[in-house]
Formats: sequence, C-alpha cells, structure tokens
Amino acid sequence: MASPNIEIKEHSHGGELPVSKLDVHGSFDVADFPVPNGREEEWRFTPLRRLRGLHQHTEATDGKITVETDAPAEVTVETVGRDDARLGTSFLPTDRVSALAYASFTEATVVTVPKETQASAPVSIKVTGTGQGESYGHILVRAERHSAATVVLEYAGSAVHADNVEFVVEDGAQLTVVSLQDWERDAVQVSHHYTKVGRDARFRSFVVTLGGDLVRLSPKVGYTAPGGDAELYGLYFTGAGQHHEHRSLIDHNVSNTRSRVEYKGALSGEEAHAVWIGDVIIGEGTEGTDSYEHNRNLVLTDGTRVDSVPNLEIFTGEVEGAGHASASGRLDDIHLFYLQSRGIPADEARKLVIRGFFAELINRIEVPELRERIMTEVEEKLALHE
Amino acid sequence: MTKFEIRGLRADVLIGAEERQEILKGVDLTINSGETHAIMGPNGSGKSTLAYAIAGHPKYEITDGEVLLDGENVLEMGVDERARAGLFLAMQYPVEVPGVSMSNFLRSAVTAVRGEAPKLRAFSKELQEAMKGLSIDPSFAARGVNEGFSGGEKKRHEILQLELLKPKVAILDETDSGLDVDALKVVSEGINRARATGEIGVMLITHYTRILNYVKPDFVHVFAHGQVAESGGPELAEVLEAEGYERFVKAGA
Ligand SMILES: Nc1ncnc2c1ncn2[C@@H]1O[C@H](COP(=O)(O)OP(=O)(O)OP(=O)(O)O)[C@@H](O)[C@H]1O
Ligand SMILES: [Mg+2]
Repeated sequence: MASPNIEIKEHSHGGELPVSKLDVHGSFDVADFPVPNGREEEWRFTPLRRLRGLHQHTEATDGKITVETDAPAEVTVETVGRDDARLGTSFLPTDRVSALAYASFTEATVVTVPKETQASAPVSIKVTGTGQGESYGHILVRAERHSAATVVLEYAGSAVHADNVEFVVEDGAQLTVVSLQDWERDAVQVSHHYTKVGRDARFRSFVVTLGGDLVRLSPKVGYTAPGGDAELYGLYFTGAGQHHEHRSLIDHNVSNTRSRVEYKGALSGEEAHAVWIGDVIIGEGTEGTDSYEHNRNLVLTDGTRVDSVPNLEIFTGEVEGAGHASASGRLDDIHLFYLQSRGIPADEARKLVIRGFFAELINRIEVPELRERIMTEVEEKLALHE
Repeated sequence: MTKFEIRGLRADVLIGAEERQEILKGVDLTINSGETHAIMGPNGSGKSTLAYAIAGHPKYEITDGEVLLDGENVLEMGVDERARAGLFLAMQYPVEVPGVSMSNFLRSAVTAVRGEAPKLRAFSKELQEAMKGLSIDPSFAARGVNEGFSGGEKKRHEILQLELLKPKVAILDETDSGLDVDALKVVSEGINRARATGEIGVMLITHYTRILNYVKPDFVHVFAHGQVAESGGPELAEVLEAEGYERFVKAGA
C-alpha cells in the first residue's frame, strides 16, 4: 500500500508542485493537457489502455447514451444545448478527459431547485449506455439559496463515457447526491463532480461504484464562503478484473469550513484493483478548518490490489482539526468468531460482517428507499462473490 | 439429561506467527445438566483460556485432551456447530461487530440454533420480553452488536443471548464483573431463569462470591496454573473469600 503524503506548510513557495496545482491549472482548452502517458502523478494508478482512448479522443463520438429524468413538480429539469450560458460557470476542467468531455458533449441536463424550496421527492437522473463508442455528457445541479433536495444519479448499461457534473450549492442550501455506478461489466467511465459550497450550505455525496470494467470518479469540492460543510461518502465493491478509482479533492480555500471524506470498499477476486486518493488542501490565510478523511478496504480474497493515498496539504497554522486514516485488511476473525459462537454458520457470518461494514455508511443516507435500494445492489454484488 | 466432560485438556495461546505458550495444563471437569459449577481462581490462571478454547476461539489451540457433550467430541466441530450442539459462552469481553444490528444478529443466531426461522411477530415479542426481563432499553435492538455498549450493557446482552438460545451447557466468563449491585441482580435473575428448567449445566467463572449469593453453585473449583487445583461444595467459596488465592498462587509457582 502506498504511504500517505502529509505536508504541513506555513506558506506555499514557488517551484514546488503541490496538489493544489491541479485546480490552479484548470482549463477548458483540451490542448492545455498533454495526452497522459501513465507516469504522471494523477494517472499513474489508472491502466490507460483500458480507457479505450477516452483520454486521447481518437475515436469518433459515436456512443449512444440516453438520459432519463424524474423530478417532483417543484424542481425544474431541462435538457439544453452546449450554448446554455449557465453551463461551465462553476468549474475549470482539471484534466484532459474532463476538458475533452466539456468540449465534446452535445446536450446537458440542468436541474434547478428553486430558492427556499424543499424538494418533496428525490430527483432522478438515469444515464444509460447502449453502445461501446465514446460518449460525453454534462449535468448541472443548482440548489438555489435555502433550498433542499436529494439527487440520484445512476449510470447503467454499456458505454465508454466521460462527463462533468456541476453541483452548485448556494448559500444555506442543502444538497444530497447519490451517484450509483451500476454499469455492465464492460463499461468505462471517467467522471468529475465539481461542487461549490456556499455560505452555511451543506453538501453530502454518496458515491456507490459496483459495475464497469474501469470507473474513475473524481469528486472535487471548493467553498465560496465560510460555514460550508461537505461530506463525501463512497462505497465500492470491486470484483475480479475491475478497476475502481476514486479521487477526492477538498479545497478548504475559505475559513470556517468543514469536510468529511469516508470511502469504504471491498475487493474480491484476481486483479480486482481499487484506488483511493484523498486530497485535502487547507488554504493559506484560512482559519477554523475542520477536516477528516478516511479510507477502509476489506480484502476478501488473494490477488487483489489496493492503492490508498491520503494527501493533506496545510498552508496555515490556524487549523481546527485535520486528520486522516487509511486501513486495508481481511475480515476480522474475532468478529466472525463471535457470530459463529452463536451458531451462525461461517458463510452467513461473513456476509453479516461485510454487510455491516457497508451498512455503517449506507445508514447515513436519509432516504429509506435509497438505503434499501443500495443495500440490495450491494447484496446482489456480494452474492456474485460468494 | 446432558453430560459435559472436559478430560485432560491442554491448550496453547497463539501469540505471534511463531510464538505460543501453554496455558491449560490438563483440565478435568464434568458438568451435568441441572448443576452449576463455580470456577474461581487468580488472574492469569487460564480461566478465560478454558472458556475460549472450548468455544473454538481462533487464538487458542488445543494440543491434547477431549471435550465431550453427551459423548460427542466437541473439538471436532466448527465454532458454529458447537453452538448449535448446545454450547454457549458468555464472554468476559464481548466483541463489537460494527454495522450488524443486534436484532438482525439475534434473529440469525436463533434461526441457526433452533434450525428454523422463528415467525417474525412471535420473535419480536419474545425478544421484547427477554429484553424487558433484563432491563434493556428496546432501542438497543437497532444498534450495532455491542457497538459502543458499556461493560454492563454488554454483559446484559450476553445473558439475553443465553435466554434466547437456551443452550445445554453455558460457560459464563466473569459475567458479574463490571456490574453494579442492581445490574448484578438483574443479570443473576436472567441466569436463574435459564437454570430454572433444570436442563442446563452452568460453568460460572468468577473472582468474587458476590454473584454466588444470587446464583447458588452446587460445586466450587479453584483454578490455578491451568488446572483445577481443588474442588469442593459451596463452602469452598467462603474459604476463598476469606483467605484469597495466595495458597494456590504459590503452590504452582
Ligand atoms: N494473546 C495473548 N498473548 C500472550 N499471552 C496471552 C494472550 N492471551 C492470554 N495470554 C496469557 O494467558 C494467561 C491466561 O489468561 P486468561 O485470560 O485465560 O486468564 P484468566 O484466568 O481468565 O484471568 P482473569 O482472571 O484476569 O480474567 C495469562 O498469563 C495471559 O497473559
Ligand atoms: Mg478471564
């Protein structure tokens, strides 16, 4: 397992290349990002040949994606063209695939939760791939001030897909996002979630990655004013031959902001590969930052690989709290012993413990139907590996 | 009528990959249903090791001897089979299993031990009553197994499991430790309800005679240096209370 990088700095100096360069170097121009060769820090864990050219854009954009939406009446959902002025105002692409996706999509989905409105039901956006050509998408979710909503993003089918998802959480708004990567086994996905958290706003993200051949998902959070709170939860179940990569970046660029990152995964089968990179930047001149990130991996069989790297960069002395933890291991045989000592057969005890490992995270989802839905998906995947 | 026999039992604690240490040095003990045997002895003498080794804890390895439940060799059974055969261990330090709800766990255990899933309604009623009998707040059913429970709460839940699983032989490892007077009473009543059937043999491991005032033993054994050093009736507990274990600590040193 890779070792954590923790740098405590009073000031940033020129010449170095901190994690934060990624955001500084954002651009909408694809040409600003050379084609990666796999040795770059941000690409070194990703098997580039399995991206099916998504980082090169050599093939034609001939993939077919359908986007279905469902929302309560008080929430506006629109399908718009590339020229819609609301798109692309909250972020700059931070890598080549993100820039390519922004340059290549044809239609975008825009979800608006009007100010002071509490969505009466979750908003659903289902992206289904029907072919193996490249496809690009764009989604913008804006929770206007003092609104509250839950948005469920679901990816299914077969595709080679890249997209950018903008989450704009305005002052005092509360936005919960569930992103379920439930692809067919041959799909490839590279996604970026760009989130801007407003004053006293609250953002919660649950990323659940189960399917695909390769999924690389990068949730990035920045704050536009003090008092913002972001919680990023992730769950992945990586089976034989699958590559699941999650790269979170929390940029505490203003004072008095809070973040929690907790990603948990299970790996089972030959060549199951999970990557978690957790970048946290506590910006110069800020104070009162409260941040903690955590990655845990349950290794169920031999032949799997985990890369788990927390990166914490602190440019100020005025931190409220900043910590990280990363652990990978087998099922705890003392847990299994306890359950078995009550008569529960070994295989059932294993299932209970694995379910429990994920339940801790799933139970944080406030919508009961969603909790059950995700537990069911996890159970199905679990059943495949027993 | 059940007969539980421990014969010449020797066991090692597995410390590291290479390291091990013999703790049980030939234990002989027979418990019949309807009997309660108190096991008393100094710290570190191997009482918990005896309990865990019988239950099949992965940190201990039996090197010699037999454990028979009605003539069946328990040591050839898996941990779960032992429990289904009628063996129960209330642990000195019950294990926290995060994310697995107590109610789910108990239902799985009851289903496994009884051989069929209890009717949901009937089970939830049975569970509620058993919890009430041990003064356990109903909210515990939704919590993770032992997760964040206090020492005393964990002990109550061990006895809750004892009452639900109705074993033939129960080994209670320091169930009294960490309990205040009221909790001790409540827990003792639970043990006595389980004993009332007359169909259970109990091995009650304790340091103090306090619990023996509520749960009356038929036999008292002194455990020292990995063996039963002396056996007697309830009066032996009084002697130990007055004199301490010094005599036994020295004897084998
Ligand atoms: N994992 C371990 N590593 C090293 N030694 C161990 C381990 N587990 C137990 N032992 C040793 O085995 C011996 C017996 O321990 P055991 O817990 O069985 O004693 P006990 O009689 O139950 O004590 P107590 O009254 O304190 O509960 C002790 O000396 C203890 O230190
Ligand atoms: Mg002990």
